[in-house]
Amino acid sequence: MSDRPDLKQALGRLLGPATPEIGCDECFERLDQYVELELAGQDPDAVIPGLRPHLDGCPACREEHESLRALVGGEQAL
Amino acid sequence: MESAAAPITHAGPATARPLDDESRDWLRSLRATGGEREAAIARLHALLLRAARFEVARRRPTLPHLRGNELDEIALEAADDALMSVLARLDDFRGASRFTTWVYKFALLEAAVKLRRRAWQGREVPLEPESWSLFASATLEPDEQAEQSELLAVLQAAIGEVLTAHQRRVLVGLALNGVPIDVLAERLNTSRGALYKTLHDARRKLRAHLEHSGLALETWLGEEER
Repeated sequence: MSDRPDLKQALGRLLGPATPEIGCDECFERLDQYVELELAGQDPDAVIPGLRPHLDGCPACREEHESLRALVGGEQAL
Repeated sequence: MESAAAPITHAGPATARPLDDESRDWLRSLRATGGEREAAIARLHALLLRAARFEVARRRPTLPHLRGNELDEIALEAADDALMSVLARLDDFRGASRFTTWVYKFALLEAAVKLRRRAWQGREVPLEPESWSLFASATLEPDEQAEQSELLAVLQAAIGEVLTAHQRRVLVGLALNGVPIDVLAERLNTSRGALYKTLHDARRKLRAHLEHSGLALETWLGEEER
């Protein structure tokens, strides 16, 4: 059954993450720290548990995480 | 796998660390008076505008109907709104990241929200199931087809029976029909956080119901690999 990526993806969107997650407001509060830990090669999920599952479950927060990571990561690469 | 009853959790307080020199300079100049503060605000606005334009550029391919000057206006509005938010929340900055990283997220958020709303301007927001085809796979063996049909039947019945009318509309709009959460929040006159809480509660109820009905969710979702 796991070889049906479209079905798995659609089910995942419907049912959300299986692990505990934080909400959108707390995700925004902690996103800057999470991104800097990621870019520093540290383990952000150990410091901010629940943020990664939220990114899995919330497309809007996921997009903003990707943008912040790209913007800050791009600056650091200069 | 965690229980389907896992609530929205809290990550705990942000751990403050000593401010780096640049962040300390930003705070000092933004809390100064007169010309020093005005100059700092102008520098901050320029920083926010750069971040807003970065977001606009990333999303531009998905907004072919918007002209360059309209996108510039959106970036400027986003920077203006982010500036107000940052100045109002300056005391919330605890130094968990660099100051510039902290302020960027405000500009990215404002730009992203405005662009999502602009993309859906004038469009009807579908809150009834109309996309079950997302789940259908055309290349299945007969026994797999039967399994999938059973899954879809259980899912559709659960959505109709287990959720409240509000939970059903939010789940279907966001998770099935792909309506952006900021767009739905605006149409329903609520906040992103409140809407996500509703989505989260609906997902928990649905997941618990499906597990209780004996459906091997972890197999369908591949969660046994976590």
